[in-house]
Amino acid sequence: MGRTSSKEDAGALFHSLRSAYAATPVNLKIIDLYVGFAIFTALIQVVYMAIVGSFPFNSFLSGVLSCFGTAVLAVCLRIQVNKENKEFKDLPPERAFADFVLCNLVLHLVIMNFLG
Amino acid sequence: MTTVTNMPLSDLLKSFKLKTKQQELLIRVSILCLVYILAFITRLFSVLRYESMIHEFDPYFNYRTTLYLTQNGFYDFWNWFDYESWYPLGRIVGGTLYPGLMVTAVLIYRILHFLRFAVHIREVCVLTAPFFASNTTLVAYFFGKEIWDTGAGLVAAILIAICPGYISRSVAGSYDNEGVAIFALLFTFYLFVKAVNTGSLAWSLASAFGYFYMVSAWGGYVFIINLIPLYVLVLLITGRYSMRLYVAYNCMYVLGMLLAMQIRFVGFQHVQSGEHMAAMGVFFLMQVFYFLDWVKHMLSDTKLFQAFLRITVTCAVVVGTIALGLGMLSGYISPWTGRFYSLLDPTYAKDHIPIIASVSEHQPTAWSSFMFDYHILLFLFPAGLYFCFKRLSDATIFIVMYGLTSMYFAGVMVRLILVATPAVCLISAIAVSATVKNLTVLLRSKNKGVLTGSTKGSSSSRASSKALLDQSQPFQKNGAIALLFGAFYLLSKYATHCTWVTSEAYSSPSIVLAARGAHGNRVIFDDYREAYFWLRQNTPVDAKVMSWWDYGYQITAMGNRTVIVDNNTWNNTHIATVGRALSSYEDEAIEIMRSLDVDYVLVVFGGVTGYSSDDINKFLWMVRIGGGVFPVIKEPDYLVNGEYRVDKGAAPKMLNCLMYKLCYYRFGEMLTEYGKPPGYDRARGVEIGNKDIKLEHLEEAFTTSNWIVRIYKVKPPNNRW
Repeated sequence: MGRTSSKEDAGALFHSLRSAYAATPVNLKIIDLYVGFAIFTALIQVVYMAIVGSFPFNSFLSGVLSCFGTAVLAVCLRIQVNKENKEFKDLPPERAFADFVLCNLVLHLVIMNFLG
Repeated sequence: MTTVTNMPLSDLLKSFKLKTKQQELLIRVSILCLVYILAFITRLFSVLRYESMIHEFDPYFNYRTTLYLTQNGFYDFWNWFDYESWYPLGRIVGGTLYPGLMVTAVLIYRILHFLRFAVHIREVCVLTAPFFASNTTLVAYFFGKEIWDTGAGLVAAILIAICPGYISRSVAGSYDNEGVAIFALLFTFYLFVKAVNTGSLAWSLASAFGYFYMVSAWGGYVFIINLIPLYVLVLLITGRYSMRLYVAYNCMYVLGMLLAMQIRFVGFQHVQSGEHMAAMGVFFLMQVFYFLDWVKHMLSDTKLFQAFLRITVTCAVVVGTIALGLGMLSGYISPWTGRFYSLLDPTYAKDHIPIIASVSEHQPTAWSSFMFDYHILLFLFPAGLYFCFKRLSDATIFIVMYGLTSMYFAGVMVRLILVATPAVCLISAIAVSATVKNLTVLLRSKNKGVLTGSTKGSSSSRASSKALLDQSQPFQKNGAIALLFGAFYLLSKYATHCTWVTSEAYSSPSIVLAARGAHGNRVIFDDYREAYFWLRQNTPVDAKVMSWWDYGYQITAMGNRTVIVDNNTWNNTHIATVGRALSSYEDEAIEIMRSLDVDYVLVVFGGVTGYSSDDINKFLWMVRIGGGVFPVIKEPDYLVNGEYRVDKGAAPKMLNCLMYKLCYYRFGEMLTEYGKPPGYDRARGVEIGNKDIKLEHLEEAFTTSNWIVRIYKVKPPNNRW
């Protein structure tokens, strides 16, 4: 009894999440795809590190942090561009994107210095 | 003729009359300019009284590295291995210092040279700290404006310009990390609060750069990387979280962490050290928190969301605790280092790490120090806290947290009064500004009341209320005027106190001593520099000098000779070896000195002048540190009934140890004070016990004119026959 109801719960949860997500605008979905890709790349690097060992630790850190960093910045961009957020109503999306590009530039310059 | 010229004159005057907004801007800018100049010139006492030189001990190392940087360029500086200190180990300077201060000074030096001002690097070094103190007042103004309003900003700028807690570490000549670090600290906090208030990625990027500058300048950056996550946690718990907080903290954390890891001295600590784990924990917590918030926003059904919430929270907590536990147990995440752990547990250092406990700046703070350094700010601080709680916003919560945590740490360690000073000044400024504003509103409202009373007045109720108002108005107005005078009196007393403290207590260079002679004239003791220059000019270039670690930096910077131990204190065993050598009998000590290739020994002695920071007063610490590593040195051997004495009743080991012999050699014949026997030690106030000292393996090389610094040469071993 408990097993089936929790399974149904999970199923209902999954469906409602899917339907709610389908309603989001396309540009936000593109940003979400980018975030997913970045996290996936980070996970691949972690698995590789687990296999091979972490010897130049700075290289490993710079690789993983560049993925996490750009994912986090993309989430910030998504927050600022999302029309439903009242706090960022006055922020033009061009300004948000310019900030995103600037932060990514700084991030990747530091990563290139740190790569070793 | 006169009427024709008068008319254009009055028109000219009318054109100068500014609108109120412009008047206000003019007043604000002129006040800020005056405060900027004031902050600079109040720190110049020692330059005017003595000369433009570097003070204390640590700044000499910074000066030497800055000199190296100007002569050899950044690449050589970053990869510098110093073989002139910690003989025979050497020191990897490039990887064990915070380069921010040196790079800043050299940048200013190069800009001045580009503009064809041919200044010496020493002048730039001496005046760096006052210059950055002036910049701190500007940042305090903008920060006050962000938290409260422009009035509070102006008062904060004024208060921090002359506050003795800050002046103590930023006088001209005090070329130390804190001079630049406090500017970087306040700047980072200001940029972060601005980022949280606006939610803009650009401000968060700026705060990441501010954090990078702070990491490059001072080891106290650990305070920032723990206070900001604590602040985020408090906002999350009190329900004040918003999207702006997410943007600000995440951008600052990721970029700040990456930038900080570029400094070799910091290295990988941001991912491996226990002190930085709070920031990472809060980072992950935020991701989980905002992810849940987003899911809740998407799901319309709360029951489903509760189920989802339960699953995610349990997963996250389990994963987090497993990761943390694994990290700490396997030793990958190192626990809190002694330096910072002793802040949480003040008794830790005394029992376990005598070197940290022996530094005079690390002692707990007495109330008199608080009063001395803060004066009226001490009671304005709680008043300001009250005002902050009345008008809570993201920014005021931050400043309250900064104030409370920094006051706790200031109570644990004297040196950290410096970190608390900006918070105390800002919060007190809020109190002063809010009080003065309320009082002047009371003053102004009386005039308005009179005006409205005179123009209106028909109904009886209005007349009666007006009568009541009129009755209380004179009392309120007089009270307001009295309180304003009281506030003015207090603030002027504060200014007097601060200037007096700066002049008397915090402007001494420590390397040049001054005293009043018998006729009231000023006597200058320049013994330290005399001794270092003697070393520089009269010893072979590769001579090695053994002294207690306090003087290491000065000997390498001014004497230009290799030292055995210096102020960096990174190797406790090496220092304990020196401590053991100085506390042993001469025969044992010469073995140790020959093994370290020592050529000269330098001691500081205050018996002739009454100088009380000499090596005999520090001797017990040498015994403790030496005894901590070599159990053959036992502290009770040097004490008599638990008392430390140097006269006839002193312990025999004390009367014959190397330090005693070197300090009091030939002192038994010296008449120091009228009416006292020869060999009277003016610093301890007793006649010494062992006046007939013979040295077998050392010979006296140099004693300065006031006997403050004494240098001995180690004799080479005798020929066999």
